[in-house]
Amino acid sequence: MSTLVFAQHPVSLAERLRDASAVALITVLLGIPMIGLTTVDQGGSLQVVTRWPALAAFVAAGFFGRLLLRWAIDQWQARRRTRTAAASSATRGVNPLLRRGGWLALGVALALPVVFPENRYVVDTATTVLIYVMLGWGLNVVVGLAGLLDLGYVAFYAVGAYTYALLSTQFGWTFWESLPVAGAMAATFGVLLGWPTLRLRGDYLAIVTLGFGEIVRVILVNWTEMSGGPNGITSIPRPTFFGLPFRPPGDEPTFASFFALEYSPNQRLIFLYYLILALALLTNAFVTRMRRLPVGRAWEALREDEIACKAMGIHARNVKLSAFALGAMLGGFAGVFFAARQGFISPESFTFNESAIILAIVVLGGMGSQLGVVLASLVLVLLPELGRDFAEYRMLLFGAAMILIMIWRPGGILAHREPTLRYHGAGAGR
Amino acid sequence: MALALQQLINGLTLGAVYGLIAIGYTMVYGIIGMINFAHGDIYMVSAFIAITGFTLLAALGVSSVPLGLVLVLLLAVAFTSVYGWTVERVAYRPLRGSTRLAPLISAIGMSIFLQNMVQLTQGARVKPIPPVLVGGIDLLTIDGFTVRLAYSQLLIVFVTLALMGGFTWLITRTSFGRQQRSCEQDRTMTALLGIDVDRTISLTFMLGAALAAVAGVMVTVYYGVVDFFIGFVAGIKAFTAAVLGGIGSLPGAMLGGLLIGLIEAFWAAYLSAEYKDVATFSILILALMFRPSGLLGRPEVEKV
Repeated sequence: MSTLVFAQHPVSLAERLRDASAVALITVLLGIPMIGLTTVDQGGSLQVVTRWPALAAFVAAGFFGRLLLRWAIDQWQARRRTRTAAASSATRGVNPLLRRGGWLALGVALALPVVFPENRYVVDTATTVLIYVMLGWGLNVVVGLAGLLDLGYVAFYAVGAYTYALLSTQFGWTFWESLPVAGAMAATFGVLLGWPTLRLRGDYLAIVTLGFGEIVRVILVNWTEMSGGPNGITSIPRPTFFGLPFRPPGDEPTFASFFALEYSPNQRLIFLYYLILALALLTNAFVTRMRRLPVGRAWEALREDEIACKAMGIHARNVKLSAFALGAMLGGFAGVFFAARQGFISPESFTFNESAIILAIVVLGGMGSQLGVVLASLVLVLLPELGRDFAEYRMLLFGAAMILIMIWRPGGILAHREPTLRYHGAGAGR
Repeated sequence: MALALQQLINGLTLGAVYGLIAIGYTMVYGIIGMINFAHGDIYMVSAFIAITGFTLLAALGVSSVPLGLVLVLLLAVAFTSVYGWTVERVAYRPLRGSTRLAPLISAIGMSIFLQNMVQLTQGARVKPIPPVLVGGIDLLTIDGFTVRLAYSQLLIVFVTLALMGGFTWLITRTSFGRQQRSCEQDRTMTALLGIDVDRTISLTFMLGAALAAVAGVMVTVYYGVVDFFIGFVAGIKAFTAAVLGGIGSLPGAMLGGLLIGLIEAFWAAYLSAEYKDVATFSILILALMFRPSGLLGRPEVEKV
């Protein structure tokens, strides 16, 4: 890449003030209809209420925020110019810290319930993070590796969850019996959707998958005999420890009585945590293995250049279909765990917002990066949790964070695409 | 028969609104090749501005309906265009020339942001206003069923027709239209010919927002209720319309919008109201399977 050299001249204060004033003018125009004015229901009819102080605060924030931002950007650019001039060869390859990051994260994950055995909140939140990690890894196969934009991933998650819920409440199947069936069911849905649509170009595929996600949700809401409609399905059995339930001591042997432990409701929580951890690690091992197989390499090749792949004799649709089905299956597994953990599911949990969050995890993490998914799940789950004090603003901040992270690092937090295979022969030069 | 005629009128009205929103999607897709996910929320913002505008005018004692409509339309178009400009400037322009997925994620973020901003500043509850335009024309009565054309429906169809006419003129005859079309074809070449590409893209976003603003005001007049979530569903349907008509094609967007509106109205009347969204999306999938470039779109040529 060539380096562009811009004419450098110090920005005068007047120029900065003019720039900030322009931004302030925009904020006035943006703020008047939304912040300055609002309508309030008074005695059955709407009345206009003005909030000029709030508008003034908003405009002032825009003015000074812009001043500060411009200054910070100028400083940063000036610093970067001197730095790139000094050392243009940036560090290449994986940061050694990141290489160990995976093991470090695994250690932390394994130790967490041991360190906080009594803290329900920590274990519960960590379980939520791991569900998203698993969903992220599943979607990563589709979006990150195969490069297919799927905006309806939550549909497969829902298929898995409802399959387990119905099998267990109607036919008395256990968690472990249902798991493969639900996975197969989700994969079947993936093939059903993928078969006709995977030859479409990226954005068309995106909107078709989005439509499919909505179709599944609408059917779940309206087909009351099957899914319970908007009320969902309740009292879904919890997973057992090789047949030993987590219950207060009774007639049958329970987990606590079998191991001669004192019963505590936390035991199930910790068991669920390790269960999803095991499922997630299995997913990870599976996906990293798949990447080394011919089909995995074909996924990545298709992402990079479809036409070249076709010329090399790769059957594009079948390879894409395999990625789609595999991703769907992993989503289905996560769905089964979700249903088992909650004990209650309803279409509310499978809205488009959920798909957007999972996609955001994959893209923010850096597409194709397994560790990036973990990092992004942590950020996206913990950010709203930390913001619980100002709960109203959490989704607002979530949206803003998505935009800002994209602008800051368009390739994702761990923006770096390591080829799975590398040619080590003569001339490879490393 | 009477019901069919009534649903035809309702469907065309709904379709006109979808078409207006769809033009915004199709233009933005044509010029920068991205799905502007926040476009549906721009339409929602405009509907809220319309609610505030009508309430304000009622409080100020403006009783003339045409004057009120024109004022609210102008206000909504002006303010919503600023929103359209800002969305592009903040969320998309920094990402130009980046990967294809980055602006899409940013757009989804912007959509979530706008929805929650409106929920926070304007309240989460449904906002009803008293009907602005009452009455209609009874066209004919068959077996005791009267087919009625409401004035608000007439207004929507007329405004849409007028806007389509003006818009076609703008794109095909004016110098801005030429710049816009040339940006669609080749941005680098356009820039080399001395045209400010960034400005053209900004104007495209503002125009799209202005049309969505008109749609927002029309829907407020037609239904009289607004909430912060209307943008999502309308946005997806309008995008479906744009794809169905052939993305990048302006008449296609309008045609797609009308088709989606008609399908929805007839499906709701004759088959089932609950599954009307399923019908829309299924038709989208079918259309893409058999005619991937849409009804009026040009087939894409892959360059190696």
